[in-house]
Amino acid sequence: MIWNSPAEFFAMGGYALYVWGSFGVCAIALAMEPILVRKRQNQILQSLRRERIADELENEVSEKAHARESGR
Amino acid sequence: MNNKLIHWFKYASPQSFYPLAGKMIPWFWGLAAAFGVVGLWLSFFVAPTDAQQGEGYRIIFVHVPASWMSMFIYLVLAAWAGLGLALNTRLSGMMASALAPTGALMAFLALWTGAFWGKPMWGTWWVWDARITSELILFFLYLGFIALQAAIDDPRRADKAGAILALVGVVNVPIIYFSVKWWNTLHQGSSVSVGKSSMAVTMLWGMLFMALCFWMYSIAVALMRVRAIILEREAHTEWVKELNEVKS
Amino acid sequence: MNAVLAVIRRDLLLAMRRKSEVLTALFFFVIVTSLFPLGIGPEPALLKKIAPGVLWVAALLATMLGLQRMFAADHADGTLEQMVLSPTPLGLLVGGKIAAHWMLSGLPLVLLAPVLGLQFDLDVGALGVLMLALLLGTPLLSLIGAIGAALTLGLRGGGVLLSLLVLPLYVPALIFGAGAVEAHIAGLGAGGHLSLLAALLALAAFFAPWATTAALRIALE
Repeated sequence: MIWNSPAEFFAMGGYALYVWGSFGVCAIALAMEPILVRKRQNQILQSLRRERIADELENEVSEKAHARESGR
Repeated sequence: MNNKLIHWFKYASPQSFYPLAGKMIPWFWGLAAAFGVVGLWLSFFVAPTDAQQGEGYRIIFVHVPASWMSMFIYLVLAAWAGLGLALNTRLSGMMASALAPTGALMAFLALWTGAFWGKPMWGTWWVWDARITSELILFFLYLGFIALQAAIDDPRRADKAGAILALVGVVNVPIIYFSVKWWNTLHQGSSVSVGKSSMAVTMLWGMLFMALCFWMYSIAVALMRVRAIILEREAHTEWVKELNEVKS
Repeated sequence: MNAVLAVIRRDLLLAMRRKSEVLTALFFFVIVTSLFPLGIGPEPALLKKIAPGVLWVAALLATMLGLQRMFAADHADGTLEQMVLSPTPLGLLVGGKIAAHWMLSGLPLVLLAPVLGLQFDLDVGALGVLMLALLLGTPLLSLIGAIGAALTLGLRGGGVLLSLLVLPLYVPALIFGAGAVEAHIAGLGAGGHLSLLAALLALAAFFAPWATTAALRIALE
Protein backbone atom coordinates (compact mmCIF):
# COMPACT_ATOMS: atom_id res chain seq x y z
CA MET A 1 0.00 0.00 0.00
CA ILE A 2 1.39 3.37 -0.97
CA TRP A 3 -0.92 5.54 1.14
CA ASN A 4 -0.53 5.61 4.89
CA SER A 5 -3.74 7.48 5.65
CA PRO A 6 -6.83 8.75 3.84
CA ALA A 7 -5.65 12.31 4.40
CA GLU A 8 -2.44 11.53 2.57
CA PHE A 9 -4.46 10.01 -0.24
CA PHE A 10 -6.59 13.12 -0.63
CA ALA A 11 -3.58 15.42 -0.41
CA MET A 12 -1.98 13.62 -3.40
CA GLY A 13 1.50 14.69 -2.38
CA GLY A 14 0.58 18.36 -2.67
CA TYR A 15 -1.01 17.99 -6.09
CA ALA A 16 -4.56 17.68 -4.76
CA LEU A 17 -5.98 20.61 -6.75
CA TYR A 18 -4.59 19.33 -10.02
CA VAL A 19 -5.27 15.62 -9.63
CA TRP A 20 -8.77 16.04 -8.18
CA GLY A 21 -9.45 18.93 -10.54
CA SER A 22 -8.81 16.62 -13.48
CA PHE A 23 -10.49 13.49 -12.16
CA GLY A 24 -13.40 15.47 -10.73
CA VAL A 25 -14.18 17.29 -13.96
CA CYS A 26 -13.92 14.03 -15.90
CA ALA A 27 -16.27 12.32 -13.45
CA ILE A 28 -18.78 15.16 -13.61
CA ALA A 29 -18.65 15.32 -17.40
CA LEU A 30 -18.98 11.57 -17.85
CA ALA A 31 -21.88 11.52 -15.39
CA MET A 32 -23.67 14.50 -16.91
CA GLU A 33 -23.53 13.36 -20.52
CA PRO A 34 -25.66 10.19 -20.07
CA ILE A 35 -28.12 12.14 -17.92
CA LEU A 36 -28.55 14.72 -20.67
CA VAL A 37 -28.94 12.03 -23.30
CA ARG A 38 -31.48 10.25 -21.14
CA LYS A 39 -33.37 13.52 -20.79
CA ARG A 40 -33.38 13.94 -24.57
CA GLN A 41 -34.70 10.39 -24.98
CA ASN A 42 -37.45 10.98 -22.42
CA GLN A 43 -38.48 14.21 -24.07
CA ILE A 44 -38.97 12.59 -27.47
CA LEU A 45 -40.74 9.60 -25.88
CA GLN A 46 -43.07 11.90 -24.02
CA SER A 47 -43.99 13.85 -27.13
CA LEU A 48 -44.56 10.56 -28.97
CA ARG A 49 -46.85 9.37 -26.19
CA ARG A 50 -48.77 12.63 -26.24
CA GLU A 51 -49.19 12.35 -29.98
CA ARG A 52 -50.49 8.85 -29.59
CA ILE A 53 -53.05 9.87 -26.99
CA ALA A 54 -54.16 12.74 -29.17
CA ASP A 55 -54.58 10.35 -32.09
CA GLU A 56 -56.67 7.98 -29.98
CA LEU A 57 -58.91 10.77 -28.74
CA GLU A 58 -59.39 12.02 -32.24
CA ASN A 59 -60.35 8.55 -33.38
CA GLU A 60 -62.84 8.16 -30.54
CA VAL A 61 -64.47 11.50 -31.23
CA SER A 62 -64.82 10.80 -34.91
CA GLU A 63 -66.19 7.32 -34.16
CA LYS A 64 -68.78 8.74 -31.81
CA ALA A 65 -69.81 11.35 -34.34
CA HIS A 66 -70.03 8.64 -36.91
CA ALA A 67 -72.20 6.49 -34.65
CA ARG A 68 -74.53 9.40 -33.87
CA GLU A 69 -74.94 10.19 -37.51
CA SER A 70 -75.70 6.63 -38.52
CA GLY A 71 -78.14 6.27 -35.54
CA ARG A 72 -80.14 9.23 -36.67
CA MET B 1 -21.62 -14.94 -47.75
CA ASN B 2 -24.73 -13.58 -49.30
CA ASN B 3 -26.73 -14.42 -46.21
CA LYS B 4 -24.29 -12.57 -44.04
CA LEU B 5 -24.60 -9.46 -46.16
CA ILE B 6 -28.37 -9.47 -45.81
CA HIS B 7 -28.02 -10.06 -42.11
CA TRP B 8 -25.85 -6.98 -41.71
CA PHE B 9 -28.08 -4.80 -43.77
CA LYS B 10 -31.00 -5.86 -41.65
CA TYR B 11 -29.39 -4.21 -38.65
CA ALA B 12 -28.55 -1.16 -40.72
CA SER B 13 -32.21 -0.18 -40.65
CA PRO B 14 -33.10 2.10 -37.73
CA GLN B 15 -36.16 -0.02 -36.97
CA SER B 16 -34.17 -3.16 -36.15
CA PHE B 17 -31.19 -1.33 -34.72
CA TYR B 18 -33.25 0.52 -32.14
CA PRO B 19 -34.09 -2.55 -30.00
CA LEU B 20 -30.66 -4.08 -30.63
CA ALA B 21 -28.96 -0.93 -29.32
CA GLY B 22 -31.27 -1.00 -26.34
CA LYS B 23 -30.10 -4.50 -25.52
CA MET B 24 -26.42 -3.67 -25.97
CA ILE B 25 -26.36 -0.51 -23.84
CA PRO B 26 -26.44 -2.19 -20.39
CA TRP B 27 -23.59 -4.49 -21.39
CA PHE B 28 -21.39 -1.60 -22.42
CA TRP B 29 -22.25 0.28 -19.21
CA GLY B 30 -21.30 -2.83 -17.27
CA LEU B 31 -18.00 -3.16 -19.10
CA ALA B 32 -17.28 0.54 -18.65
CA ALA B 33 -17.94 0.27 -14.91
CA ALA B 34 -15.80 -2.85 -14.56
CA PHE B 35 -12.87 -1.42 -16.49
CA GLY B 36 -13.30 1.86 -14.63
CA VAL B 37 -13.11 0.22 -11.19
CA VAL B 38 -10.01 -1.78 -12.12
CA GLY B 39 -8.47 1.22 -13.86
CA LEU B 40 -9.04 3.58 -10.95
CA TRP B 41 -7.75 1.02 -8.49
CA LEU B 42 -4.61 0.53 -10.58
CA SER B 43 -4.12 4.25 -11.05
CA PHE B 44 -4.54 5.25 -7.42
CA PHE B 45 -3.47 2.24 -5.37
CA VAL B 46 -1.10 0.13 -7.46
CA ALA B 47 0.81 2.51 -9.69
CA PRO B 48 3.79 3.82 -7.69
CA THR B 49 4.66 7.45 -7.14
CA ASP B 50 6.63 8.86 -10.04
CA ALA B 51 10.22 9.75 -9.25
CA GLN B 52 10.12 13.12 -11.02
CA GLN B 53 6.49 14.20 -10.98
CA GLY B 54 5.37 12.87 -7.61
CA GLU B 55 1.66 12.18 -7.40
CA GLY B 56 0.81 14.81 -9.99
CA TYR B 57 1.49 12.43 -12.83
CA ARG B 58 -1.68 10.48 -11.94
CA ILE B 59 -3.58 12.89 -14.20
CA ILE B 60 -2.15 10.82 -17.05
CA PHE B 61 -4.73 8.14 -16.26
CA VAL B 62 -7.56 10.34 -17.49
CA HIS B 63 -5.62 12.65 -19.79
CA VAL B 64 -4.25 10.01 -22.13
CA PRO B 65 -7.48 8.00 -22.47
CA ALA B 66 -9.45 11.18 -23.16
CA SER B 67 -7.06 12.32 -25.89
CA TRP B 68 -6.91 8.83 -27.42
CA MET B 69 -10.68 8.64 -27.50
CA SER B 70 -11.05 12.13 -28.97
CA MET B 71 -8.87 11.10 -31.93
CA PHE B 72 -10.32 7.61 -32.25
CA ILE B 73 -13.92 8.86 -32.18
CA TYR B 74 -13.15 11.31 -34.97
CA LEU B 75 -11.84 8.43 -37.09
CA VAL B 76 -14.90 6.30 -36.32
CA LEU B 77 -17.17 9.27 -37.03
CA ALA B 78 -15.49 9.80 -40.41
CA ALA B 79 -15.74 6.07 -41.16
CA TRP B 80 -19.48 6.10 -40.45
CA ALA B 81 -19.81 9.25 -42.53
CA GLY B 82 -17.97 7.69 -45.46
CA LEU B 83 -20.07 4.55 -45.16
CA GLY B 84 -23.20 6.65 -45.19
CA LEU B 85 -22.12 8.46 -48.35
CA ALA B 86 -21.06 5.25 -50.09
CA LEU B 87 -23.98 2.99 -49.19
CA ASN B 88 -26.63 5.62 -48.54
CA THR B 89 -27.71 3.97 -45.29
CA ARG B 90 -29.66 6.13 -42.88
CA LEU B 91 -28.18 4.62 -39.75
CA SER B 92 -24.60 5.65 -40.65
CA GLY B 93 -25.43 9.33 -40.57
CA MET B 94 -27.25 8.91 -37.27
CA MET B 95 -24.23 7.14 -35.77
CA ALA B 96 -21.96 9.96 -36.95
CA SER B 97 -24.12 12.62 -35.34
CA ALA B 98 -24.46 10.53 -32.19
CA LEU B 99 -20.67 10.26 -31.85
CA ALA B 100 -19.83 13.93 -32.39
CA PRO B 101 -20.84 15.36 -28.97
CA THR B 102 -19.03 12.56 -27.14
CA GLY B 103 -15.92 13.16 -29.24
CA ALA B 104 -16.08 16.88 -28.53
CA LEU B 105 -16.43 16.14 -24.82
CA MET B 106 -13.37 13.88 -24.93
CA ALA B 107 -11.36 16.58 -26.71
CA PHE B 108 -12.48 19.09 -24.11
CA LEU B 109 -11.51 16.74 -21.26
CA ALA B 110 -8.12 16.11 -22.86
CA LEU B 111 -7.51 19.87 -22.98
CA TRP B 112 -8.82 20.44 -19.47
CA THR B 113 -6.77 17.68 -17.87
CA GLY B 114 -3.81 18.75 -19.98
CA ALA B 115 -4.05 22.22 -18.48
CA PHE B 116 -4.32 20.79 -14.95
CA TRP B 117 -1.28 18.67 -15.64
CA GLY B 118 0.69 21.47 -17.25
CA LYS B 119 0.25 23.91 -14.36
CA PRO B 120 2.18 21.92 -11.74
CA MET B 121 4.65 20.37 -14.18
CA TRP B 122 5.58 23.26 -16.47
CA GLY B 123 4.26 26.11 -14.35
CA THR B 124 1.66 27.25 -16.87
CA TRP B 125 -1.91 26.29 -17.69
CA TRP B 126 -1.37 26.39 -21.41
CA VAL B 127 1.61 25.58 -23.60
CA TRP B 128 1.54 25.92 -27.39
CA ASP B 129 2.90 22.41 -27.70
CA ALA B 130 2.27 20.53 -30.94
CA ARG B 131 0.03 17.91 -29.36
CA ILE B 132 -2.03 20.36 -27.30
CA THR B 133 -2.49 22.69 -30.25
CA SER B 134 -3.59 19.85 -32.52
CA GLU B 135 -6.03 18.70 -29.86
CA LEU B 136 -7.48 22.21 -29.72
CA ILE B 137 -7.96 22.25 -33.48
CA LEU B 138 -9.55 18.81 -33.31
CA PHE B 139 -11.96 20.26 -30.76
CA PHE B 140 -12.77 23.05 -33.24
CA LEU B 141 -13.38 20.46 -35.96
CA TYR B 142 -15.89 18.70 -33.72
CA LEU B 143 -17.61 22.00 -32.99
CA GLY B 144 -17.79 22.77 -36.70
CA PHE B 145 -19.35 19.39 -37.41
CA ILE B 146 -21.95 19.81 -34.68
CA ALA B 147 -22.73 23.39 -35.71
CA LEU B 148 -23.13 22.45 -39.37
CA GLN B 149 -25.52 19.63 -38.56
CA ALA B 150 -27.48 21.84 -36.19
CA ALA B 151 -27.92 24.50 -38.88
CA ILE B 152 -29.46 22.14 -41.43
CA ASP B 153 -33.12 21.30 -40.91
CA ASP B 154 -33.42 18.43 -43.36
CA PRO B 155 -31.80 15.45 -41.59
CA ARG B 156 -30.73 13.76 -44.83
CA ARG B 157 -28.90 16.85 -45.99
CA ALA B 158 -27.45 17.30 -42.50
CA ASP B 159 -26.06 13.76 -42.62
CA LYS B 160 -24.49 14.14 -46.02
CA ALA B 161 -23.09 17.63 -45.48
CA GLY B 162 -21.68 16.49 -42.14
CA ALA B 163 -20.18 13.46 -43.84
CA ILE B 164 -18.32 15.58 -46.37
CA LEU B 165 -17.06 17.86 -43.63
CA ALA B 166 -15.93 14.87 -41.56
CA LEU B 167 -14.06 13.36 -44.51
CA VAL B 168 -12.39 16.67 -45.34
CA GLY B 169 -11.50 16.96 -41.66
CA VAL B 170 -10.04 13.48 -41.42
CA VAL B 171 -7.79 14.18 -44.42
CA ASN B 172 -6.74 17.40 -42.73
CA VAL B 173 -6.04 16.05 -39.25
CA PRO B 174 -2.63 14.53 -40.12
CA ILE B 175 -1.70 17.61 -42.16
CA ILE B 176 -2.67 19.85 -39.26
CA TYR B 177 -0.71 17.73 -36.81
CA PHE B 178 2.35 17.74 -39.07
CA SER B 179 2.17 21.47 -39.69
CA VAL B 180 1.75 22.26 -36.01
CA LYS B 181 4.70 20.03 -35.18
CA TRP B 182 6.79 21.78 -37.83
CA TRP B 183 5.69 25.15 -36.45
CA ASN B 184 6.61 24.03 -32.95
CA THR B 185 10.13 22.95 -33.88
CA LEU B 186 10.70 26.27 -35.64
CA HIS B 187 9.71 28.19 -32.52
CA GLN B 188 11.92 26.55 -29.96
CA GLY B 189 11.25 27.25 -26.34
CA SER B 190 7.75 26.01 -25.78
CA SER B 191 8.55 22.40 -26.57
CA VAL B 192 8.01 20.02 -23.72
CA SER B 193 8.90 16.41 -23.28
CA VAL B 194 6.32 14.18 -21.74
CA GLY B 195 6.43 10.54 -20.87
CA LYS B 196 10.16 10.26 -21.43
CA SER B 197 10.67 9.19 -17.84
CA SER B 198 10.67 5.44 -17.55
CA MET B 199 7.13 4.33 -16.94
CA ALA B 200 6.39 1.49 -14.60
CA VAL B 201 4.49 -1.39 -16.15
CA THR B 202 1.62 -0.88 -13.70
CA MET B 203 1.21 2.66 -15.00
CA LEU B 204 0.76 1.30 -18.50
CA TRP B 205 -1.82 -1.18 -17.24
CA GLY B 206 -3.67 1.58 -15.44
CA MET B 207 -3.71 3.69 -18.59
CA LEU B 208 -4.89 0.72 -20.64
CA PHE B 209 -7.79 -0.07 -18.32
CA MET B 210 -8.85 3.54 -18.10
CA ALA B 211 -8.72 3.79 -21.89
CA LEU B 212 -10.92 0.69 -22.16
CA CYS B 213 -13.32 2.26 -19.67
CA PHE B 214 -13.51 5.46 -21.74
CA TRP B 215 -13.97 3.41 -24.89
CA MET B 216 -16.87 1.37 -23.49
CA TYR B 217 -18.38 4.54 -22.03
CA SER B 218 -18.24 6.21 -25.45
CA ILE B 219 -19.96 3.27 -27.12
CA ALA B 220 -22.66 3.13 -24.46
CA VAL B 221 -23.42 6.83 -24.54
CA ALA B 222 -23.29 6.98 -28.36
CA LEU B 223 -25.77 4.11 -28.54
CA MET B 224 -28.04 5.91 -26.10
CA ARG B 225 -27.86 9.05 -28.20
CA VAL B 226 -28.42 7.19 -31.46
CA ARG B 227 -31.61 5.74 -30.00
CA ALA B 228 -32.89 9.22 -29.21
CA ILE B 229 -31.94 10.39 -32.71
CA ILE B 230 -33.74 7.43 -34.29
CA LEU B 231 -36.90 8.27 -32.38
CA GLU B 232 -36.67 11.95 -33.29
CA ARG B 233 -36.22 11.27 -36.97
CA GLU B 234 -38.65 8.38 -37.29
CA ALA B 235 -41.34 9.91 -35.10
CA HIS B 236 -43.89 9.81 -37.92
CA THR B 237 -43.44 6.09 -38.74
CA GLU B 238 -45.73 3.27 -37.71
CA TRP B 239 -43.09 1.16 -35.99
CA VAL B 240 -42.21 3.97 -33.59
CA LYS B 241 -45.90 4.39 -32.70
CA GLU B 242 -46.11 0.66 -32.00
CA LEU B 243 -43.13 0.66 -29.60
CA ASN B 244 -43.91 -0.49 -26.07
CA GLU B 245 -42.26 2.62 -24.61
CA VAL B 246 -44.65 4.78 -26.60
CA LYS B 247 -47.77 2.73 -25.92
CA SER B 248 -47.51 2.65 -22.15
CA MET C 1 -12.38 24.40 -71.22
CA ASN C 2 -14.30 27.18 -72.91
CA ALA C 3 -17.08 26.74 -70.40
CA VAL C 4 -14.61 27.18 -67.55
CA LEU C 5 -13.26 30.37 -69.08
CA ALA C 6 -16.81 31.57 -69.59
CA VAL C 7 -17.57 30.96 -65.90
CA ILE C 8 -14.47 32.88 -64.85
CA ARG C 9 -15.21 35.76 -67.25
CA ARG C 10 -18.80 35.93 -66.08
CA ASP C 11 -17.89 36.01 -62.40
CA LEU C 12 -15.28 38.69 -62.99
CA LEU C 13 -17.75 40.75 -64.99
CA LEU C 14 -20.38 40.46 -62.29
CA ALA C 15 -17.87 41.50 -59.67
CA MET C 16 -16.80 44.50 -61.73
CA ARG C 17 -20.40 45.68 -61.77
CA ARG C 18 -20.45 45.58 -57.98
CA LYS C 19 -16.95 46.73 -57.16
CA SER C 20 -17.81 47.63 -53.59
CA GLU C 21 -17.82 43.99 -52.47
CA VAL C 22 -14.30 43.34 -53.71
CA LEU C 23 -13.06 46.64 -52.36
CA THR C 24 -14.64 46.04 -48.96
CA ALA C 25 -12.54 42.92 -48.46
CA LEU C 26 -9.41 44.82 -49.50
CA PHE C 27 -10.06 47.72 -47.15
CA PHE C 28 -10.79 45.21 -44.40
CA PHE C 29 -7.35 43.69 -44.99
CA VAL C 30 -5.69 47.11 -44.86
CA ILE C 31 -7.54 48.24 -41.76
CA VAL C 32 -7.01 45.03 -39.77
CA THR C 33 -3.26 45.03 -40.42
CA SER C 34 -3.07 48.72 -39.51
CA LEU C 35 -4.85 48.13 -36.22
CA PHE C 36 -2.18 45.79 -34.89
CA PRO C 37 0.57 48.40 -34.46
CA LEU C 38 -1.98 50.58 -32.68
CA GLY C 39 -2.87 47.75 -30.33
CA ILE C 40 0.64 46.48 -29.72
CA GLY C 41 2.89 49.50 -29.92
CA PRO C 42 5.21 51.02 -32.51
CA GLU C 43 8.54 49.28 -31.72
CA PRO C 44 9.95 48.30 -35.14
CA ALA C 45 11.63 45.10 -33.89
CA LEU C 46 8.41 43.77 -32.40
CA LEU C 47 6.35 44.76 -35.45
CA LYS C 48 8.83 43.05 -37.74
CA LYS C 49 8.48 39.90 -35.67
CA ILE C 50 4.69 39.82 -35.75
CA ALA C 51 4.33 41.06 -39.35
CA PRO C 52 4.08 37.68 -41.13
CA GLY C 53 1.49 36.37 -38.68
CA VAL C 54 -0.57 39.56 -38.72
CA LEU C 55 -0.57 39.82 -42.51
CA TRP C 56 -1.51 36.18 -42.87
CA VAL C 57 -4.28 36.20 -40.30
CA ALA C 58 -5.69 39.33 -41.91
CA ALA C 59 -5.50 37.63 -45.30
CA LEU C 60 -7.39 34.60 -43.96
CA LEU C 61 -10.14 36.81 -42.58
CA ALA C 62 -10.31 38.93 -45.73
CA THR C 63 -10.77 35.89 -47.99
CA MET C 64 -13.47 34.65 -45.60
CA LEU C 65 -15.53 37.76 -46.34
CA GLY C 66 -16.16 36.90 -49.98
CA LEU C 67 -16.54 33.15 -49.50
CA GLN C 68 -20.21 33.11 -48.68
CA ARG C 69 -21.03 34.90 -51.92
CA MET C 70 -19.16 32.36 -54.02
CA PHE C 71 -22.25 30.29 -54.78
CA ALA C 72 -25.05 32.28 -53.13
CA ALA C 73 -26.04 34.50 -56.07
CA ASP C 74 -25.92 31.59 -58.54
CA HIS C 75 -27.99 29.54 -56.14
CA ALA C 76 -30.58 32.29 -55.80
CA ASP C 77 -31.11 32.87 -59.52
CA GLY C 78 -30.97 29.21 -60.56
CA THR C 79 -27.67 29.40 -62.47
CA LEU C 80 -26.23 26.77 -60.18
CA GLU C 81 -28.88 24.25 -61.16
CA GLN C 82 -28.11 24.93 -64.81
CA MET C 83 -24.46 24.25 -64.10
CA VAL C 84 -25.28 20.91 -62.51
CA LEU C 85 -27.29 19.96 -65.59
CA SER C 86 -24.77 21.25 -68.14
CA PRO C 87 -22.70 18.73 -70.16
CA THR C 88 -19.45 20.16 -68.79
CA PRO C 89 -18.42 18.31 -65.61
CA LEU C 90 -19.52 20.28 -62.57
CA GLY C 91 -16.05 19.90 -61.04
CA LEU C 92 -14.53 21.98 -63.85
CA LEU C 93 -17.14 24.71 -63.56
CA VAL C 94 -16.62 24.80 -59.81
CA GLY C 95 -12.90 25.08 -60.49
CA GLY C 96 -13.66 28.09 -62.65
CA LYS C 97 -15.68 29.70 -59.90
CA ILE C 98 -12.90 29.06 -57.38
CA ALA C 99 -10.37 30.60 -59.79
CA ALA C 100 -12.59 33.66 -60.17
CA HIS C 101 -12.93 33.96 -56.41
CA TRP C 102 -9.17 33.84 -56.06
CA MET C 103 -8.65 36.53 -58.71
CA LEU C 104 -11.10 38.77 -56.89
CA SER C 105 -10.13 38.16 -53.28
CA GLY C 106 -6.71 36.47 -53.29
CA LEU C 107 -4.76 38.18 -56.02
CA PRO C 108 -5.45 41.74 -54.77
CA LEU C 109 -4.16 40.68 -51.36
CA VAL C 110 -0.96 39.35 -52.93
CA LEU C 111 -0.42 42.66 -54.69
CA LEU C 112 -1.32 44.76 -51.69
CA ALA C 113 0.66 42.78 -49.09
CA PRO C 114 4.11 44.30 -49.87
CA VAL C 115 2.77 47.80 -49.27
CA LEU C 116 1.39 46.75 -45.92
CA GLY C 117 4.61 44.85 -45.22
CA LEU C 118 6.46 48.17 -45.46
CA GLN C 119 4.39 49.42 -42.53
CA PHE C 120 5.93 46.61 -40.52
CA ASP C 121 9.49 47.37 -41.59
CA LEU C 122 10.00 44.23 -43.68
CA ASP C 123 12.97 44.32 -46.06
CA VAL C 124 12.79 43.66 -49.78
CA GLY C 125 13.70 39.97 -49.54
CA ALA C 126 11.08 39.33 -46.89
CA LEU C 127 8.48 41.18 -48.96
CA GLY C 128 9.31 38.94 -51.92
CA VAL C 129 8.90 35.82 -49.81
CA LEU C 130 5.66 37.19 -48.38
CA MET C 131 4.27 37.74 -51.87
CA LEU C 132 5.37 34.31 -53.03
CA ALA C 133 3.86 32.65 -49.95
CA LEU C 134 0.60 34.51 -50.45
CA LEU C 135 0.64 33.63 -54.14
CA LEU C 136 0.81 29.95 -53.21
CA GLY C 137 -1.38 30.24 -50.13
CA THR C 138 -4.36 32.33 -51.21
CA PRO C 139 -5.50 29.85 -53.91
CA LEU C 140 -5.35 27.22 -51.18
CA LEU C 141 -7.63 29.38 -49.06
CA SER C 142 -10.09 29.78 -51.93
CA LEU C 143 -10.07 26.03 -52.60
CA ILE C 144 -10.69 25.00 -48.99
CA GLY C 145 -13.15 27.84 -48.53
CA ALA C 146 -15.18 26.65 -51.52
CA ILE C 147 -15.96 23.40 -49.69
CA GLY C 148 -17.26 25.36 -46.72
CA ALA C 149 -19.22 27.74 -48.96
CA ALA C 150 -20.90 24.80 -50.70
CA LEU C 151 -21.69 23.06 -47.41
CA THR C 152 -23.30 26.14 -45.88
CA LEU C 153 -25.16 27.17 -49.04
CA GLY C 154 -28.56 28.60 -48.15
CA LEU C 155 -28.28 27.94 -44.41
CA ARG C 156 -29.29 30.40 -41.74
CA GLY C 157 -26.35 31.99 -40.01
CA GLY C 158 -24.23 30.83 -42.92
CA GLY C 159 -21.47 33.40 -42.53
CA VAL C 160 -20.49 32.68 -38.96
CA LEU C 161 -20.94 28.96 -39.49
CA LEU C 162 -18.72 29.12 -42.54
CA SER C 163 -15.88 30.64 -40.54
CA LEU C 164 -16.29 28.00 -37.85
CA LEU C 165 -15.97 25.25 -40.46
CA VAL C 166 -13.20 26.73 -42.56
CA LEU C 167 -10.83 28.50 -40.17
CA PRO C 168 -9.57 25.31 -38.46
CA LEU C 169 -8.83 23.88 -41.90
CA TYR C 170 -6.81 27.00 -42.73
CA VAL C 171 -4.30 26.26 -39.97
CA PRO C 172 -1.68 24.52 -42.17
CA ALA C 173 -1.79 27.32 -44.75
CA LEU C 174 -1.34 29.88 -41.99
CA ILE C 175 1.56 28.00 -40.41
CA PHE C 176 3.51 27.42 -43.61
CA GLY C 177 2.65 30.81 -45.11
CA ALA C 178 3.63 32.89 -42.11
CA GLY C 179 6.43 30.45 -41.34
CA ALA C 180 8.02 31.03 -44.74
CA VAL C 181 8.43 34.73 -44.06
CA GLU C 182 9.61 34.15 -40.51
CA ALA C 183 12.14 31.57 -41.64
CA HIS C 184 13.45 33.99 -44.24
CA ILE C 185 13.79 36.77 -41.67
CA ALA C 186 15.55 34.37 -39.31
CA GLY C 187 17.96 33.49 -42.12
CA LEU C 188 16.86 29.87 -42.35
CA GLY C 189 15.60 30.07 -45.93
CA ALA C 190 11.97 29.83 -46.92
CA GLY C 191 12.34 26.96 -49.39
CA GLY C 192 10.99 24.22 -47.17
CA HIS C 193 7.90 26.16 -46.17
CA LEU C 194 7.16 27.26 -49.70
CA SER C 195 7.49 23.80 -51.16
CA LEU C 196 5.19 22.39 -48.48
CA LEU C 197 2.72 25.15 -49.26
CA ALA C 198 2.93 24.23 -52.94
CA ALA C 199 2.37 20.55 -52.09
CA LEU C 200 -0.72 21.46 -50.07
CA LEU C 201 -1.95 23.59 -52.96
CA ALA C 202 -1.55 20.68 -55.37
CA LEU C 203 -3.38 18.36 -52.98
CA ALA C 204 -6.22 20.84 -52.48
CA ALA C 205 -6.46 21.61 -56.21
CA PHE C 206 -7.02 17.91 -56.75
CA PHE C 207 -9.50 17.19 -53.95
CA ALA C 208 -11.29 20.43 -53.14
CA PRO C 209 -13.28 20.85 -56.40
CA TRP C 210 -14.41 17.27 -56.03
CA ALA C 211 -15.57 17.74 -52.44
CA THR C 212 -17.18 21.07 -53.36
CA THR C 213 -19.11 19.41 -56.18
CA ALA C 214 -20.37 16.71 -53.84
CA ALA C 215 -21.41 19.33 -51.30
CA LEU C 216 -23.19 21.40 -53.96
CA ARG C 217 -25.14 18.41 -55.19
CA ILE C 218 -26.28 17.71 -51.63
CA ALA C 219 -27.29 21.34 -51.13
CA LEU C 220 -29.33 21.30 -54.34
CA GLU C 221 -31.07 17.99 -53.72
